[in-house]
Amino acid sequence: MRKKIGLTGDGAAAEAMRQIDPEVVAVYPITPQTEIVERFAEFVAEGLVQTELINVESEHSALSACCGSSMAGVRTMTCTSAQGLALMHEMLYIAAGNRLPIVMVNVNRTLSAPINIHNDQSDSLGSRDAGWIQLYCENPQEVYDTVIQAVRIAEDHQVMLPVMVCLDGFIVSHNMEPVELLDDGEVKEFIGEFKPRLNLLDTERPITAGNLTLPEYFFEHKYAQVYALEQSKEKIEEVGREFGDRFGRRYGLVEGYKLDDAEIAVITLGSMAGTARVAVDALRGEGIKAGLLKMRCYRPFPVQELAGALKNIRAAAVMEKAVSPGAPGPAVFSDIIAALYRQSVRINLISYVAGLGGRDVPVKSIHRVYEHLQKVAASGEPDRILNYLDLRGWE
Amino acid sequence: MNFNTLHTTHGRAIPFATGLKLARPELTVIVITGDGDAAAIGGNHLIHAARRNIDLTAVCFNNNIYGMTSGQYSPLTPKSKKAATAPYGNIENNFDLCRLVIAAGASYVARGTAYHVRSLIRLITRGIRHRGFAFIEALSPCPTYYGRINGLDSAISMLQWQKEHALDIKAASRKRPYELEDKIIIGELFNSEARGLNIPEFSQEYWNLIKRVKDK
Repeated sequence: MRKKIGLTGDGAAAEAMRQIDPEVVAVYPITPQTEIVERFAEFVAEGLVQTELINVESEHSALSACCGSSMAGVRTMTCTSAQGLALMHEMLYIAAGNRLPIVMVNVNRTLSAPINIHNDQSDSLGSRDAGWIQLYCENPQEVYDTVIQAVRIAEDHQVMLPVMVCLDGFIVSHNMEPVELLDDGEVKEFIGEFKPRLNLLDTERPITAGNLTLPEYFFEHKYAQVYALEQSKEKIEEVGREFGDRFGRRYGLVEGYKLDDAEIAVITLGSMAGTARVAVDALRGEGIKAGLLKMRCYRPFPVQELAGALKNIRAAAVMEKAVSPGAPGPAVFSDIIAALYRQSVRINLISYVAGLGGRDVPVKSIHRVYEHLQKVAASGEPDRILNYLDLRGWE
Repeated sequence: MNFNTLHTTHGRAIPFATGLKLARPELTVIVITGDGDAAAIGGNHLIHAARRNIDLTAVCFNNNIYGMTSGQYSPLTPKSKKAATAPYGNIENNFDLCRLVIAAGASYVARGTAYHVRSLIRLITRGIRHRGFAFIEALSPCPTYYGRINGLDSAISMLQWQKEHALDIKAASRKRPYELEDKIIIGELFNSEARGLNIPEFSQEYWNLIKRVKDK
């Protein structure tokens, strides 16, 4: 039976994992992910899942154990944050390169140094080239729905790639909101049974995985992986559509909010989208044509969808919680510039780095971004392209 | 106090300290670590520092739990004790970190408790003065995430537990094995100098090598 209960983002992820009941979960504690593994450990202890829960001695070992179990042909999940994801970095590439459909919940937290346990997205955005599908969630309901969809996406035989489900630490992971849970049976039926394409333990069809591939073939192997990631876009959309048809909440690659007739827009991912909605509503009340574009899927990058959604906008700002030191611009902003160039869409685009190390991004700050956009739209060109929101001493 | 501090990543305090000691051997370098660090994510570094017998003093505050992340069991959570990730009790065997580092080559190894605080200060002081890898395991209470779930619901009852279960190594040597089953042995467990052993120290060996090659 479906039911609506109060859950934090971490709690919603743990509930989804309970219903998915993966064969193996390997984890190591780190704030603010820990609540997921704690709740899940209880499910294991109470016999509510059949999962083999492996409490390892580091995140590197956690993802290594996941790679082993996924290669052995069983459904595998893990979760982490920040330094944990950084320590997994080597294994992220191994999982993607070996085409292992592992699902990871990453609770976004900033990277040291200086040490800080609070939210920004520098951990997962910094892992953007590891070959994983990356989906960002705005609230606990999206976390729950996305974790379930991630299993279907990852395990599709045309995809066979790991999926990272990202949620903002504390803001989404620790705040409680009403979440509609599906019936256990509905989830089971939606995700189906995992049928691995290859299985290391299948003695009838012996294979070797991850072996030395020299210059003669490495490039082709890598391209096959790149191609699969690009093609996974269709599957992500298809699964999001089917989820909507069955359960009433539809998901895509990007989501526009009051964007159709908008003149100015903010593009963002994760929890900032929720705050920006409030700002948009207020501006609309004043007669200002403001809109919002939420990027749900960051890898693979929705080039056409994003450019299509922005083509009639006069000025837009990309708000992201990460910096790329020394780069021409931060990661999401730079990717959007490239996407617009590829689609020959020319709009005034500015960047706002916000909320690093857990600094709050309140509605009034997002209002200032929209005020800036109004000036850019009026003058027809940006006065300053790279901006930092609520940063002391910066002007 | 007059010293500098360096906050490293979880598990890597010993490698940072190793680099520091090799570059500036005249400095006194102290590593503050815990059971989740020294026995798990940084366990490999611990045994190699002991193997090299590098002149660091590592103080491991063992609270039997991952306290900062709210109570997951660690490699030093005693068997059968509860944790957030072991609601029906931990089924894994533990490390005895002191025996581990003695076997790996550490030249000064001691154990103390928060209750026996004056003795602990003495053990740490001796460890710092000792030339070579000194390891001190300091049992420290975590009433919030370990005590509460295991029937010791206050800091005081946890200190009381330490008082009742700790036994000095000299007193322990006069007991029979069965009398020691639920006891924690504290005091100086191994000291190469007291035993008249001369175990080469790594940073000294390193600078000797540099000098030897330069003098050639």
